[in-house]
Amino acid sequence: MGYLRVRNVGKAYKRYPGKWARLTEWVTGRERHEKHWVLRDISFEVAPGEAVGIVGINGAGKSTLLKIITGTAQPTTGSVEIGGRVAALLELGMGFHPDFTGRQNVYMGAQINGLFTGQISELMPEIEDFAEIGDYIDQPLRTYSSGMQMRLAFSVATAIRPDILIVDEALSVGDAYFQHKSFDRIRRFGEQGTTLLIVSHDKNAIQSICNRAILLKAGVIAKEGEPEEVMDYYNALLAAHQSQIVQQTISVEQKVKTDSGTYEAQVTKVKIFDAKGQIIEVVPVGAWVTVQITVIINRDIDGLVLGFGIKDRLGQMVFGTNTFHTKQRIEEAKRGEIYLFGVSFYANLGVGSFSIHCSLVRNESHVEKNYHWIDCAKVFEVVNVDKPLFVGCAWNDMQFKIKRVSDARAIMMED
Amino acid sequence: MIQAVMFRSLWQYRGFVWGSVLREFNGKYRESLFGAFWAVAGPLTMIVIYTVVFAQLMRPTLPGHESTPFAFSIYLCAGVIAWNLFAEMLGRLNNVFLESGNLIKKANFPRICLPIIVILSAFINFSILLGIYLLFLAIIGHWPGWTILAAIPLLVLQLLFTMGLGVALGTLNVFFRDVGQITGVVLQFWFWLTPIVYTLQALPEGARAVMRFNPLLSLIGAWQTVFLDRDWPDFASLLPLAMLTLLMLWLGAWLFLGRVGELVDEL
Repeated sequence: MGYLRVRNVGKAYKRYPGKWARLTEWVTGRERHEKHWVLRDISFEVAPGEAVGIVGINGAGKSTLLKIITGTAQPTTGSVEIGGRVAALLELGMGFHPDFTGRQNVYMGAQINGLFTGQISELMPEIEDFAEIGDYIDQPLRTYSSGMQMRLAFSVATAIRPDILIVDEALSVGDAYFQHKSFDRIRRFGEQGTTLLIVSHDKNAIQSICNRAILLKAGVIAKEGEPEEVMDYYNALLAAHQSQIVQQTISVEQKVKTDSGTYEAQVTKVKIFDAKGQIIEVVPVGAWVTVQITVIINRDIDGLVLGFGIKDRLGQMVFGTNTFHTKQRIEEAKRGEIYLFGVSFYANLGVGSFSIHCSLVRNESHVEKNYHWIDCAKVFEVVNVDKPLFVGCAWNDMQFKIKRVSDARAIMMED
Repeated sequence: MIQAVMFRSLWQYRGFVWGSVLREFNGKYRESLFGAFWAVAGPLTMIVIYTVVFAQLMRPTLPGHESTPFAFSIYLCAGVIAWNLFAEMLGRLNNVFLESGNLIKKANFPRICLPIIVILSAFINFSILLGIYLLFLAIIGHWPGWTILAAIPLLVLQLLFTMGLGVALGTLNVFFRDVGQITGVVLQFWFWLTPIVYTLQALPEGARAVMRFNPLLSLIGAWQTVFLDRDWPDFASLLPLAMLTLLMLWLGAWLFLGRVGELVDEL
């Protein structure tokens, strides 16, 4: 149950040269259209219980692929084999009807998914409860905000745990609170064995939920693999309107290192020093460390900003900033110069493996001008030497205060 | 084979079909103060207008029914009610896929549900109208008696004919949007070229001969016979329409089944 096999799927839309061309084609039977391919030769499999993220820029074919998988659109070539009950959230809403009330739309949405009135009535309190839209449930849908529509759509689609859950960017509409709530539900479904297929631009979402990611580029699979690796590659591609090279090499630490940019300025060395100035690879929790980054300037440039951040094992940024925000932008740098950047901080990180991300850009973000971008510039281990056992990706000195109260009534009076 | 699958999945989606019909019915009047009253008000007005304006003020006489009170209203309403069902169903089937574009693009369900929903809700409107008409007939003492059973085969024939034609046009309309416009124009002509507000006998001989090619002539005539003459219609005269119905059903099925996959690409 819950498997998905996509084999050589391609999708072409018919394009006719003129208004009458379709009619002549229908009447004479001679092909007059051109095929405009939006997807070509897509093949992948998703095993039961797996979570796969699909990423790609707008127009890469993500939504079309999901439509084909859910059966809303038909592939021009290839086939999709799906096992189990599918719930899909395609774009916003689920084909909601604006004049019907939220409640009526819930019935309609659930009936389209093959449920019967009795079952829906049973689920209704839970759906209302999860959507948290209050009295709006009995108002016509046209009075809803897009976030409220999404809340309702999500609540309906996930009222019963499906074997396969397909989510298309819908969640980005919700507020932070509901995003948390819906991702919790998605995660829980995943743990219970639901196969997940998620389209998102949200890097964190993909990296924290998915075991695998697929990058679509112009209708073909450009990359498939570990979410972190694919997301780093995707991120590097985002700046691809500049002529630059994107390459991935496996670094010594067995982490895939994504390296891209125009190389006017280049990071050549990244070293971690402890408080005594010794080079270290293993960092004790809470230790004062300094990361030294050596940058060589290959061409004269009129601005240089160093971005620096620490990522956890899943590739989620724990913290990071750049010298633009700290108001330390270098206005001019000449060819042949070498800069040493030192970044010092307390390693208030949880136990585990972390990586250093650094980037050289001209201004505050890498989209405008990206000299050099390295994910996983350096990987280091954080170990707990002198702290009490704790969990999580960050260390914080927590103080517990415990008071034994002999008279229970006294404390109640205090409230 | 495909048909078998289609009807089985249609059965699985009966909850959706029936729910949609009810929602549409409720939704139409939900925001109004008098609610379901409006479902009855429209048809009632129509019967009153046709009765007062045509039958009482203009007092046309129907040959053979000079002694029947309200003879012309009975004749008129029989034709108009049957025509209304045809025109409403056809008009809505024409746009059924275009109007539901949003749904078709976002949810995977058997598309055949959509025409079925339209047919059922047109049928409900027709039933209300027919109910009022029958009440009117009972009040004026012109109850058709057992011949009313003839309405069942007439209705089946009419529904199948309209369904075949409507699904064919509805599918075509997605690919050629002119179809919807043409249908509207054709329906106007068709109404006036069918003896509904006038009688066939009132026409000159030549026009009557041409009129024989109107497939709805025999059907509307049969409705009028049932309610005005309180007699069994001439079922033999419906044979050409029955053949045409088979052709339309085949055409509708052929177009729909052949193009259903492409529908979503055009919406």
